[in-house]
Amino acid sequence: MTETQTQTVTYIAVCRLDDIDPETGIAALVRGEAVAVFRTLDDRVFALSNFDPYGHASVLARGILGTRGEVPFVASPLLKQPFSLESGQCLDDPSVSVATYEVEVVDGEIRVGARRHGTG
Amino acid sequence: MSPHLRKKVVVVGHGMVGHRFVTAAIERGLTETHDIVVFGEEPRPAYDRVALTSFFEVGAEALSFLPSGVYEDPRVTLRTSTSVVEIDIAAQTVMLADGEEMAYDELVLATGAAPFVPPVPGSELGNVFVYRTIEDLEAIREAAKTAKAGAVIGGGLLGLEAANALHQLGVKTHVVEMNPRLMSVQIDEAGGRVLGKHITDLGLTVHTGVMTESISPDAVAEISVVDEDEGGVLDGKVSALRFKDVEEPLPVDMIVFSAGIRPRDALARAAGLDLAERGGVLVDEQCRSSDPHVWAVGECAAPGGRMYGLVAPGYDMAEVVADALLGGQGTFTGADMSTKLKLLGVDVASFGDAHGTTPDCLELTYSDAVAGVYKKLVISEDGTRLLGGVLVGDASAYGLLRPMVASGMTLPENPEELILPQSSGGGGGIQLPPEAQICSCNNVTRGDIEAAVDNGCESAAEVTKETKAGSTCGSCKVQVKKIVEDYFTAQGKTVDTSLCEHFAMTRAELFDVVLIHGYKTFDQIIEAHGTGRGCDLCKPAVASILASQLNGHVLAKENRKLQDTNDAYLANLQKNGSYSVVPRIPGGEITPEGLIVIGEVAKDFGLYTKITGGQRIDMFGARMEDLPAIWKRLVDAGFESGHAYGKSLRTVKSCVGSTWCRYGVQDSVGLAIMLETRYRGLRSPHKLKGGVSGCARECAEARGKDFGVIATEKGWNLYVGGNGGAIPAHAQLLAGDLSTEELVSYLDRFLMYYVRTADRLQRTSTWIDSLDGGLDRVREVVVDDVLGLGTELEAAMAHHTETYFDEWKATLEDPEKLRRFVSFVNAPDIPDPNISFGSTRGQIVPEVGEEPAAVGPVSLGASIPVGMPTLEETR
Repeated sequence: MTETQTQTVTYIAVCRLDDIDPETGIAALVRGEAVAVFRTLDDRVFALSNFDPYGHASVLARGILGTRGEVPFVASPLLKQPFSLESGQCLDDPSVSVATYEVEVVDGEIRVGARRHGTG
Repeated sequence: MSPHLRKKVVVVGHGMVGHRFVTAAIERGLTETHDIVVFGEEPRPAYDRVALTSFFEVGAEALSFLPSGVYEDPRVTLRTSTSVVEIDIAAQTVMLADGEEMAYDELVLATGAAPFVPPVPGSELGNVFVYRTIEDLEAIREAAKTAKAGAVIGGGLLGLEAANALHQLGVKTHVVEMNPRLMSVQIDEAGGRVLGKHITDLGLTVHTGVMTESISPDAVAEISVVDEDEGGVLDGKVSALRFKDVEEPLPVDMIVFSAGIRPRDALARAAGLDLAERGGVLVDEQCRSSDPHVWAVGECAAPGGRMYGLVAPGYDMAEVVADALLGGQGTFTGADMSTKLKLLGVDVASFGDAHGTTPDCLELTYSDAVAGVYKKLVISEDGTRLLGGVLVGDASAYGLLRPMVASGMTLPENPEELILPQSSGGGGGIQLPPEAQICSCNNVTRGDIEAAVDNGCESAAEVTKETKAGSTCGSCKVQVKKIVEDYFTAQGKTVDTSLCEHFAMTRAELFDVVLIHGYKTFDQIIEAHGTGRGCDLCKPAVASILASQLNGHVLAKENRKLQDTNDAYLANLQKNGSYSVVPRIPGGEITPEGLIVIGEVAKDFGLYTKITGGQRIDMFGARMEDLPAIWKRLVDAGFESGHAYGKSLRTVKSCVGSTWCRYGVQDSVGLAIMLETRYRGLRSPHKLKGGVSGCARECAEARGKDFGVIATEKGWNLYVGGNGGAIPAHAQLLAGDLSTEELVSYLDRFLMYYVRTADRLQRTSTWIDSLDGGLDRVREVVVDDVLGLGTELEAAMAHHTETYFDEWKATLEDPEKLRRFVSFVNAPDIPDPNISFGSTRGQIVPEVGEEPAAVGPVSLGASIPVGMPTLEETR
């Protein structure tokens, strides 16, 4: 496993940017957790917990991506609840959100970092 | 109140009005204090006699008001096939045919009317019918199988209905009317002429101004002596009609009498109740008879001495009696006898003072002999008020004109514009007053309709449900829709038909845009016609449109990001994140070898199996990364994708048909396999299901499908617009007795027309309802080809069938498409720990956890295993 120490955060390389079609997602295993990694049309990359808090299943990476206003989101493939890619917030219910992860692209390689505090 | 203090209402007759009385009594709360017992003489509960002619198309169940035969209110008892033979008004009891007696506190007579058969010699012969009950129609249908020519005696409203029925049954039909014109009660001479021309054009023969003198028996008939005292009666069937002062007899082998109706007042007469001069139980304004505990409603009643042969006044009387029994003061003081109907495809309407009997009234007429349109308005002497009118050939203005009469509103300056062509059926800017009655069958005013919108109804359909407006004869539906829409507009409310925030157009509009520009990708479409980057509504809709037009692979690189949950992995996502797999089994026919393959695959992959409603086998619990290996086994054994995951054709269910069945008249399995194979893979606005039954017993439940085919001895009947689900719908007859070739061509057109013009997730039944003209419109486009689209639609379907390929086979052959079938991009060998199963009845079942499960500390090795797994790796 390739681990890079950046200050206090450990980033784990999961795949190359080209492994994800634009405007789709893919599931990755990060420190034993299922993480959904998404790529938007403008090659921004987001990482969310793959677990749908409504359907209680690990499926978010398989959802359709879209925009609501300016906010990029993924619609759960189970019952279509929309989650912001930026914050993990459910756009229809402010009391529900999924965890987000630090993520970066270095030399075409996607690396997922720590789970962000206060999310999920 | 303790039970022994409860009172009893006995209702005699369970027709439309008897049923309405019971529902009114329940709604108004009469059953809180009264038990209700209803006796119906017919074998079935009340049904829609107004729509009787549609029995041949829709069957008895669709006409029924109470298909279960039981009212939900347990305090109401319905006894069908039970005749009341005597009333004892002094003892307050009724006696049944079997001698049983029942006491009543209140008695409601709803015995209706009986068809009048004039005493013409020969009227007792075989193949002479009346037109009143479902049993009458069943007998007519039976006779029509062998009859070549038939006559309907009576050219009134009901007679023309009967003529329509005979004509539809393929009998050469004659209409015989004593008066010099048809429908003499409702329309005037000029209107009658226009109507007669329409009917003649359809191939019927109209004889007006002739008197039937006798009916001749056929050659095998003989005088048989039944009873020495009564002399001989004629045996055998009819062969001809003889008219007074006409030499030549008219050869016919069946006759339907429709010469008016007579109130059924025999029970009341025998009980000593007062009757009206021309028949009917004489009742007061509260519909109470000469005995204070006996009431009469509907056609058997004569309020103020006059009998009403329409359903709307009967309904009013039923409401009045229910009200009176609760101590109310409602009265029945006469009825609006306006009528609008479609006879043999011709609109006919008559309202208010149609014959211009008001002194010094003025008439305004519009006549177009070529188009067969005649319209007449009767206007008050001073030209300010509309008194009545007649419309033939185009009755679209009826919905506006009738309420104008009823409300007495002032006419606009140029009243002729109300009947000139091109004047919108809604009547331009004319605003009816709130008290104007829009639905005369259920007495619903414009104000009632607007109040229903205020109470939250979002569409005309919801308003109809809430107020009953338009639910009986349907003639005011257009007007109801217009009032609802105008009211929305007045409130600044717009009915938004946009697909979503990214596309300000409907699915049908988007379909055309894509077709005209020849777009091939979502990116082209949203850049040119949308905003943002789409969503879970518009992306699958565009994917479906592109698939319908181009028939490419749904997982092709540029469009796979659009695919909805199930299409994205060509399988059905289940609750714990696993998938189910359904191979196609066309028509439900499968070999033992095929069954064994499915069994072995399910066993080897540990899958739960269940038989589906569409006659195939569903395998549940497949992990996404296992799907390619499962399908490799199925494809190698000759199976194809069943598209259970797509908004597309699912199955064409079949019964076993004439191959094995003793009753089957056609090969239903063969046709079902042909149709399922033809339309497999067709992407559509919603899922599509079909069915084929090999005889009228309908074991394939084809009328519960989007398209259903039922075998007849002459070919196939095609039904469309059925579905199960939350709001079940029975498919309606689109065309009958088709050859297989005609059937396929109509189905091609029907399905493609639906694919092109329906909204997203709109099943065929709601799509048909949403079209202006409904099923009639579908028939015009599909059967009559009025838009000239037939060839184009068939060509589009030909393109689909020519370019069809099995998308699972194609996926297995393409490493690029298989790349996505992995549990984790960086750990394809580790199954998702969140997917777990328990066991029930010897098979796996999904388990769902509250929190995400984690894989314990895992070493994934030193390198990142990225890339496409081979089939061997995925297993």
